[in-house]
Amino acid sequence: MSAGAYNFAYLDEQTKRMIRRAILKAIAIPGYQVPFASREMPMPYGWGTGGVQVTAAIIGPDDVLKVIDQGSDDTTNAVSIRGFFVKTSGVATTTRTDAATVIQTRHRIPETPLAAGQILVYQVPIPEPLRFLEPRETETRTMHALEEYGLMHVKLYEDIARHGHIATTYAYPVKVAGRYVMDPSPTPKFDNPKMHRSPALQLFGAGREKRIYAIPPHTDVVSLDFEDHPFSVQEFDAPCALCGAEGVFLDEVIVDDAGGRMFVCSDSDHCEERRAAGHEGTLAGAPAWSGAAAAAATEDAS
Amino acid sequence: MALAAGFADPVFQSQATFRAVAAAMAEPGHAVALAAGLVPPAGLLATTAAVLLTLVDFETTVWLDDRLARTPEVADWLRFHTGCRITRDTDAADFAVIAEAGEMPPFSHFPQGTAEYPDRSATLVVEVEAMTAAAGQLLTGPGIEGAARFAAIPLPDGFWHAWQENHAAFPLGIDLVFCSPDAVAGLPRSTRPIREG
Repeated sequence: MSAGAYNFAYLDEQTKRMIRRAILKAIAIPGYQVPFASREMPMPYGWGTGGVQVTAAIIGPDDVLKVIDQGSDDTTNAVSIRGFFVKTSGVATTTRTDAATVIQTRHRIPETPLAAGQILVYQVPIPEPLRFLEPRETETRTMHALEEYGLMHVKLYEDIARHGHIATTYAYPVKVAGRYVMDPSPTPKFDNPKMHRSPALQLFGAGREKRIYAIPPHTDVVSLDFEDHPFSVQEFDAPCALCGAEGVFLDEVIVDDAGGRMFVCSDSDHCEERRAAGHEGTLAGAPAWSGAAAAAATEDAS
Repeated sequence: MALAAGFADPVFQSQATFRAVAAAMAEPGHAVALAAGLVPPAGLLATTAAVLLTLVDFETTVWLDDRLARTPEVADWLRFHTGCRITRDTDAADFAVIAEAGEMPPFSHFPQGTAEYPDRSATLVVEVEAMTAAAGQLLTGPGIEGAARFAAIPLPDGFWHAWQENHAAFPLGIDLVFCSPDAVAGLPRSTRPIREG
């Protein structure tokens, strides 16, 4: 592909204007899903076409872009989307959360707190929080119009009746600015508190479902719960095995075929920065996990 | 008379203008500097012209206030550069451009959106001489940490009372973008004026 044959950031200017108008209405009506004329993108639905279109409509030559997939900068989806924008816009990229002006994310919010002026762009598969409770768009639209969210509370109550607690662990519904119930995309509920009154602007793009929504900075984002079953986030028994971080979201990694496992930071940038700063977890010195230097040393030994 | 030019560099100038407007909407009442970088047609501020070139095209209908409607250069310039429809019917407006802020029609004359589609509402682009956050009306709502002050000159009498009514209809209502000669500020329907004293 010759990037020179495409407009800056791939999308044509008319498409950008259409998306920009939708973004402004989304900011003005926090949590409301604005329909937009989602375009065919050079990647399949489900690969972040909504987030890519939002990023393409906002990004400029002065921006520094970070792309994460489940917290990681170096998994397939993140690498390919970052490569897409490097090729089509030439913007600078980074893996550092604090150095980025625009962060496109698939299903995590970085552990490093976001700052004013940053924009977080979420890739959203199913934007409608009521969709699995009511499949008809005409009905869910009416429910939002009437602020009729009882069904969502019934769903959470059924969780409690069946499991003894609210068993929803990701895409946990939130109420934005006291009005619209919103799907925060399939982020772990661990990240929900980070959305509340964040100083960053949060934009959500759903390409297949053709919806854009937003949370302005300093906006109340409250996870739905009950007085006797208050919202709580996941807790982990042990710190990150590589960097020793506590109070962060951890991924489980199977390390052998005998049931061995380790828990490591899902946010790869956060973990790398902590290790660079000298923090060590219990497995940080293990040869298989200490990076390229250890790998080279192993080769020398063999 | 020759038409005024549009953006010399449409891609990057419209991107920069959009980011200024988005930042203004995301932080209501905060004036965001905007170097428009174009020579507007007679009767329009350069900032207003930049905002319109950024957001308006053949899919949108633009309402011009009386003063702008009396200046054919503005409608000619908008039609040539954006292909938008121009209307005198406030009910049909996606965008309304208001050069005489003191004379603006009631907000309720513009599309408010519907309960199912509150986004189908007008955005008013209002030209003012100056804006400040140092004094004026106390505001709160999404995008504002605590509360913030905002004043624009000139505004009609009873503006903030009318704005309170616009906010009270949330999620329906209109949104407003103020353009001064060197900045833009946003007033989305989610912003609530605080009554003092």
